[in-house]
Amino acid sequence: MKICVLVKEVPDAAVEKRMDPNSKRLDRSGEKNLNPFDTHAIEAAMQIREGGAVDVDEIVAVTMGPESAFRALHKAVSLGADRSVHLTDDALAGSDVCATGYALARVLESESPDLVLLGQQSDDGECYTIGAVVADHLKMPSLTQVIKIDVEGGKLRCERQAEYGYDTVDVEMPAVISVGDAINEPRYPSLKAIMGAKKKQLDTKSAGDVGIEGDRVGEQGSRTSVLAVNPPAQKEAGEIIEDEDTNETVEKIVSWLEERKLLA
Amino acid sequence: MSTAPVEFPPPVDSAKEFVGPPVDPEDERIEVGVVIVGGGPAGLACAIRLTQLLAEDEALMESLGEVPVALVEKGKTTGSHLLSGAMMNPSAMQKLFPDVPEDDWPTFGTVDTDAVYLLPNGKRAIPLKPTPPPFRNHGNHVVSVAQLGRWLGEKAEEAGVYVLAETAAAKLLVDDGRVVGVRSGDKGRGRDGEELSNFEPGSDLIAKATVLCEGTQGHLTGAAIRHFEIGSEDPQQWELGVKEVWEVEKPLDRVIHTMGWPLRFAAKYREFGGSFIYPMGEDRISMGLVVGLDYRDARFSVHDALQELKSHPLVADLIEGGKRVGWGAKTLPSGGYWARPTQLWAPGMAICGDGAGMVNVPTLKGVHYAMHAGMFAAESIYERLKAGGSCDDLSNYAAKVEDSEIEQDQYRSRNMRQPFAKGFFVGGAVANMMEISGGRFPPGRWATHDDATVDVFIGPERDYPKPDGKKYFDKLSSVFASGNATRDDAPNHIRIQEKVPLEVALMWQNMCPAQVYEVPEEELDGNGNAEVNVQITPSNCIQCGAITAKGGRLTPPEGGDGPNYQAT
Amino acid sequence: MSILVYALHYEGEFNKNSLGAVSEGAKLAKELGGECAAVVVGDGDDLSDDLCSSLGKYGATKVFRARAPEGLAQPVVDVMAKVIQENGFKYALFGGGLLGFEIGAGLTARLNAGVTMEVTAVKAQDGGLVAERPILQDSAVVDVGYVGEPGIIIGRLNAFDIAEGGEGSAEVVDVDVQLEEHSTKAVMVQRGEQRGADVNIEDAEILVAGGRGLGKAEGFELAEALAEALGGAVAATRAVVDAGWYPYAAQIGQTGKTVAPKLYLAAGISGAIQHKVGMQNSENIVAINKDPNAPIFEFSDLGVVGDLNKILPKLTDAVKAKKG
Repeated sequence: MKICVLVKEVPDAAVEKRMDPNSKRLDRSGEKNLNPFDTHAIEAAMQIREGGAVDVDEIVAVTMGPESAFRALHKAVSLGADRSVHLTDDALAGSDVCATGYALARVLESESPDLVLLGQQSDDGECYTIGAVVADHLKMPSLTQVIKIDVEGGKLRCERQAEYGYDTVDVEMPAVISVGDAINEPRYPSLKAIMGAKKKQLDTKSAGDVGIEGDRVGEQGSRTSVLAVNPPAQKEAGEIIEDEDTNETVEKIVSWLEERKLLA
Repeated sequence: MSTAPVEFPPPVDSAKEFVGPPVDPEDERIEVGVVIVGGGPAGLACAIRLTQLLAEDEALMESLGEVPVALVEKGKTTGSHLLSGAMMNPSAMQKLFPDVPEDDWPTFGTVDTDAVYLLPNGKRAIPLKPTPPPFRNHGNHVVSVAQLGRWLGEKAEEAGVYVLAETAAAKLLVDDGRVVGVRSGDKGRGRDGEELSNFEPGSDLIAKATVLCEGTQGHLTGAAIRHFEIGSEDPQQWELGVKEVWEVEKPLDRVIHTMGWPLRFAAKYREFGGSFIYPMGEDRISMGLVVGLDYRDARFSVHDALQELKSHPLVADLIEGGKRVGWGAKTLPSGGYWARPTQLWAPGMAICGDGAGMVNVPTLKGVHYAMHAGMFAAESIYERLKAGGSCDDLSNYAAKVEDSEIEQDQYRSRNMRQPFAKGFFVGGAVANMMEISGGRFPPGRWATHDDATVDVFIGPERDYPKPDGKKYFDKLSSVFASGNATRDDAPNHIRIQEKVPLEVALMWQNMCPAQVYEVPEEELDGNGNAEVNVQITPSNCIQCGAITAKGGRLTPPEGGDGPNYQAT
Repeated sequence: MSILVYALHYEGEFNKNSLGAVSEGAKLAKELGGECAAVVVGDGDDLSDDLCSSLGKYGATKVFRARAPEGLAQPVVDVMAKVIQENGFKYALFGGGLLGFEIGAGLTARLNAGVTMEVTAVKAQDGGLVAERPILQDSAVVDVGYVGEPGIIIGRLNAFDIAEGGEGSAEVVDVDVQLEEHSTKAVMVQRGEQRGADVNIEDAEILVAGGRGLGKAEGFELAEALAEALGGAVAATRAVVDAGWYPYAAQIGQTGKTVAPKLYLAAGISGAIQHKVGMQNSENIVAINKDPNAPIFEFSDLGVVGDLNKILPKLTDAVKAKKG
């Protein structure tokens, strides 16, 4: 079985994230790192391989990103992926969710995976759903926010917390599963693995190499456009009560809560 | 009861714990050509210089195997743990990158104007003209070492160096009297050192030569100096620098240094140091306060004194309408010439940079010395490897250092710091004499003293400015601004005695810029002679090293922990 | 027909976020001069005509009903794609919640449509809709416009208010849909399992959080009592977890959990930034602290300066009395 893990290079948590007011895109000039949620996806792939319920021939890390994204791939390989694929092309810059999902589906198709794993969200995009977009293109079943995966009888028994409680769902492969950070504790790479990562196979692909149509990606091919970037709504200054008569104070608190329907 | 921290030594024996033979079975050890510990200016200059030399020598490069040069760095990346003023002398960059024009350096260029002020109080500023020689910075570049580290790291990787970030060097591997490499730190241990579910043990990195470029309070450096008994009779001394980076409305057109307020002049306080304010391009400034750690008042806090400094009109004017965008702290070795190790090498090992005390205190310079030393180490190792021999005798490295400006400059100011133990005015007078006489006066050897031997008293409560989150900041929000997001269950990497006199506990509490040490409220009312329990929050630690100078011991935390400085 | 809203139901009741979305959809459709319809998908008897047409109360004029497996997104993608294409809807709108996100995303691919998620507000502008959403950990807000049709809008939890502004009942139309093969490959084994005692604090709507101001480990009894009265869970700061007063699973902050409940009541918490970043997006923040200079008062909605040992017990009693 082949597992593809979709990973993303995102700005490091310590870097102040900001939008470039001119391009209205995320300023990616600072330090970058492998999206923390993706480490859980790689770990999930490793645990499926080590679990022994199914034979995993290959774990391939796949990313779509600028030149620098190869670092995210090296990290993914040091965590256990066997090789990686870097989809990079100027034509892809500025792609929105729709365009990105399409592009990722095309590059994944070229790998014909049995299972696609990814982290449930990225620190920068915060859209939580790229897996579902990709799955529809690939015509595969998909679940997001999965916090437990067991391979049983060739199917994936997945658990996730949905609107009404915990759901258990059986998913047939090939499938696309986005995992939550509660699913596992990612391992640390060994020094050997980190040093060996540079030597593992890394294939660079352009949009044309995987059949991506230019008019469906990039800023031009996106189906949404950012019209304005504004500072967040200013919170109104709160009310302050100085407690003198505690009974009175408590009454005030209770009516404040009631007003806001918090005592329902 | 004595209140000198040295009476309460930390529970650690570094030579025993951190020096030893390789642990892994032979076939699991990782073999590299040369291993460099520390991705700062020294380590990166060493790595780059080595690859430059090896590039001209294919045969030798091949003989070093798959990984000719490896560099381990405990921060998230090279630069994450780097902090300095800094005004960098260009000579080292010129030597390392002769073909890169100065305009392309990752610096903020040179500044033509210098200004030095003596602050007698919180309102006035007396300009000292002409600028005293140590403070003249013509031709020097303003640089953020955090940025320099990243730039040099990229250059190193491009040249083929294996830069292993998030990797601490926990143990020095010594076999039969020779240094044979280092052991990387474990990952995935819990608060009490227990193995967590994702525990990953460190690995032995075996190398023909090991270069220690750990910077201030180097962990393996300290252990190596004790093990090989190459420490100076004169103990090293340290200063603690706390700095902030500000976005400002008006560009600053000069390099400023101040002395005096808010530090107190009287000998009984022993507050030696001063501040620096450097322009970083048009829209930012770097400002910091550097104070010797042999001060005596337990209530003194460098971080808070820096906040106080901002209330002085000279500084307040510069940051008016601005915004703080960075903060950090780090110690620097100030013992100078006499406090350097007696020998800068041991079989298979060389020590470079701050770890070897290569800092010129009066001029506040060390970045270029570190880089020069790194290059000398690279050249010396190359010479030995080329001659087909081992690196057991790296006396050629020591010779290069002795022949260089590092030696000359440090010798010249060899007795400059020590007189300040007698207070600012005596110290100032002596320092001036030294400067004017070109180092000939005062003669002899003024002994340094161990900062931890200074006994501490509790002075009156200080009136530091109240944090407001805009101009004055508290320690916790500053730790946040340093990029520190260390996990709470990280193993405790700080060794101290937890039951000490109130004086010592209070001193630690105020000294630490990251609020790691706290005296619990109930114990603050205790009688001055009682012993109190110190509460520690190790995950706040930004690894400045101050605790090691004052009775504790900082050991490297898990690789990747600590601050992630961007522009310090 | 302008806006199609997905209405999630479970055991005979519509999800609150869906009702909010229908209300919002109706409001926006009016501004666009069009109409708002809803779509419901399920395989149980509870999807009666009465239940479906009740969406008219919230402003839907029509309700498309399809029979397909519940609790999974992909069958709904098949249904909505068909309904949107056959009826020419310009926008698909979802209230907050996992399924809405997944369905909206699937439609994005199916219909090559633009999508915005975590939307906090929608406005009519120049004959179309513009969605507002926070980005980069709420450090900025962007206005997003759509290129072509349809546009997909997925709301953040609790973004849209429920408003009964409709006239009577909506027309119920049954839709026949042939599911795609891949939509049948995920099968629900068990839905909506309650996992009792271990309330996941990230999902709690009300949190009572305790800090050092509680004084000692036993101080948490006050917090627990209040939480119980309010029907919420208990959280803690790093300082008290470090001190061993409460378990790490309850820690909020930079190195703990991030939450955004409807009510965050902070007792004895100073509000250091390491803690703030873990709860600053809570809808309503109430802080009780004896130090009037505590930073938490700078971002709380209601601040009470006083002794929590006096206030918490009385507050607990008063809340119990109110709730009856």
